[in-house]
Amino acid sequence: MSNKNTILVRGAHVIDPANGRDEVADVFVKDGKFVAQLSAEEIKSAQVIDAKGLILSPGFVDLNCRLGEPGRSARETFRTGTLAAALGGFTTVVTMPDTNPISDNVGTIQLIRELCVAHAVVNVLPASTLTKQQEGKALAPMGSLKKAGIIAVTDTTSGVQNNEIMRRALEYANTFNLVVLDHCQDSSMTEGAQMHEGTWSLRLGLRGWPRAAEEIVVSSDCVLASLTKARIHLQHISSAGSAEIIRRAKANKLPVTAEVSVLHLLLTDAALAQYDTRLKVNPPLREESDRAALIAALIDGTIDAICSDHSPCTSTEKDCEFDLAPFGAATLETAFSAAYDALVATGHLDVKLLITRLTSGPAKVLRIDAGTLTVGAAADFVLINPKTSWIFNKEVQLSKSGNNPLIGKTFTSRIHSTFVGGKAVISDSKPVQL
Amino acid sequence: MAQQTTWTKKDLTGIETLSRAEIEFLFDQAEKFLPALAPGKGLDLMHGRTVVNLFLEPSTRTCTAFEISAKKLGAEVVTINTTASSLVKGETLRDTAMNIRAMGVDAIVIRHSSAGAPRYLGEVLDISVINAGDGAHEHPTQALLDAFTLKQKFGKVEGLKVTILGDILFSRVARSNIHCLTKLGAHVTLAGPATLVPLSLAQAFPQVRIVHDLKTALSDADAVMLLRIQHERQTTTHFPSLAEYTSQFGLNAERAAWLKPNAVVMHPGPINRGVEVDSDVADGPRSVILEQVRNGVAVRMAVLHLCTSALKR
Repeated sequence: MSNKNTILVRGAHVIDPANGRDEVADVFVKDGKFVAQLSAEEIKSAQVIDAKGLILSPGFVDLNCRLGEPGRSARETFRTGTLAAALGGFTTVVTMPDTNPISDNVGTIQLIRELCVAHAVVNVLPASTLTKQQEGKALAPMGSLKKAGIIAVTDTTSGVQNNEIMRRALEYANTFNLVVLDHCQDSSMTEGAQMHEGTWSLRLGLRGWPRAAEEIVVSSDCVLASLTKARIHLQHISSAGSAEIIRRAKANKLPVTAEVSVLHLLLTDAALAQYDTRLKVNPPLREESDRAALIAALIDGTIDAICSDHSPCTSTEKDCEFDLAPFGAATLETAFSAAYDALVATGHLDVKLLITRLTSGPAKVLRIDAGTLTVGAAADFVLINPKTSWIFNKEVQLSKSGNNPLIGKTFTSRIHSTFVGGKAVISDSKPVQL
Repeated sequence: MAQQTTWTKKDLTGIETLSRAEIEFLFDQAEKFLPALAPGKGLDLMHGRTVVNLFLEPSTRTCTAFEISAKKLGAEVVTINTTASSLVKGETLRDTAMNIRAMGVDAIVIRHSSAGAPRYLGEVLDISVINAGDGAHEHPTQALLDAFTLKQKFGKVEGLKVTILGDILFSRVARSNIHCLTKLGAHVTLAGPATLVPLSLAQAFPQVRIVHDLKTALSDADAVMLLRIQHERQTTTHFPSLAEYTSQFGLNAERAAWLKPNAVVMHPGPINRGVEVDSDVADGPRSVILEQVRNGVAVRMAVLHLCTSALKR
């Protein structure tokens, strides 16, 4: 009779970037936390997992996702969204505040936390808006929101268009040690824009979204980081120019970090040749030179984290004219496997670096004790099968959404198991009945 | 000579997806339909078929031309315009189209403000879908009738120098013409202010030449295609005013004199007289504007006939 509170994972290839570990070893869990060793007595009754041939990684940390609730439960719920996260290896996710009602008040944050206690299967860390109603005019009550449990502040896709408001927001957020997550988009340059401005937008007759609309805000954010000394994290960077600006800012020791979404590492604007609305994302997919620069920035540390940017929509919402389709792709379940095939299998980076950008990288941005196998930390971890072949299809999918553009694709690596606080949520690549 | 002897496409969503042989095959068909344009000479090739004109954006000329083309072939025509459509009540395009199809229709001619909408419908439906203009993407029948008119005037399109002048950035007519003319071997020059004719067009369409100086653009052209300045598609940032546009890029008699003696002036209509073209040029000896309109019926007859003939019965 095994004791559910003690786990012995035997013979896994342990990769723990936070602690510099990359070795074949056993991992021990007791009462939901990693421990250095189990007693002989405890080993006798422990749940033993033979992980030979599997990679054991800290659970992934996602800095940028949407889980539907509150307000858009037709797209996703905390249950379906966190199951999808777990299937993709994510054990901690930051949710964006463009909910309905907008997460700019304590009541909505409390509601989110209550719903998550009841329904979520991974750790959900809500972000609130930076300004009231996400309007970019008046500051949100960040101090009270922090008490209510937010992890970060962001106006997400609205951005903050006024530099004075942004400056004060950074200073105010810094008072409470809250990191500002900024979606970089000068909206005066993107009115009606549907996709990256380039040869494909000209051919397809779709209104273009220039790189400059992002790079201008990346630049002003770096200037404001220098002025305020406040931490600022640049969300889903999409262009080579943005990466270069961030590289210089980091060289100048500015408190700036950055993330890239998996889709931007995989695909370019050419993928929109058939007007596939599932690939209409914000920021837009750009060109091959951008994709290559983003990979280079991921390798040299200019970009700290890979995010899912999971933005679920119903299939009905996306089944329409391109202009009318909402932005966003569902990505949580396929993020790791897609990144593995695009980056590791092709030799761009090793699996250790990929895991770094999914674990300790994002955890450092948030300054949280996650994305690690450190003794005493919560036992959030994943087992990865790096040599397999599987097809992501509707039968496998746990997300409620209808807009994962990678549906039907074959992948060569797969999340085998996901543990949150020492409890299996995914086992043998299937949800554990709770 | 046309190589192709069959037409297999049920839809016409753009010129980009057509081969030169398909374009020439379609021209041969249009040529055969020219006599049917005379009063009292209608045909019955589409007798018993029904065509729905689904125009979700204002149009008089194209809509009427499609209606007449279908009637000349003996088809029944129903025209739905944007105000009558249930789309304004929130019905999706798919549902509208599925409902029309359920009523036993053979072809939908669609004009839509969203690029890609006809292609989307063509995938959803098993009946013919003809693009009558989608956003800033394509307007294939306009390009076909333009090239057909040039062929009529000059004997062939191959080797002709054609200048397209005006609002290229937002123009579906320009895009379809670039594809059509370059496939047929013409040399295309795009001209106008840099805001409407950005240099990046040369990357998207490597065969074209970009010229911002009007005299250079006109002096060696065999044909100049004027584009209507589209107030509804422009933001105020792309040029200062209509008067400024006219003063810099409008085709008046003085500038028309820069053209070669036998060069022709074309316009897809409707014309903004006194804006992109002066009346004495539009109505002058170089103008082939009304021939374009007439050929438009023959070309659209060919499109309707060929596409519906390709339907699996």
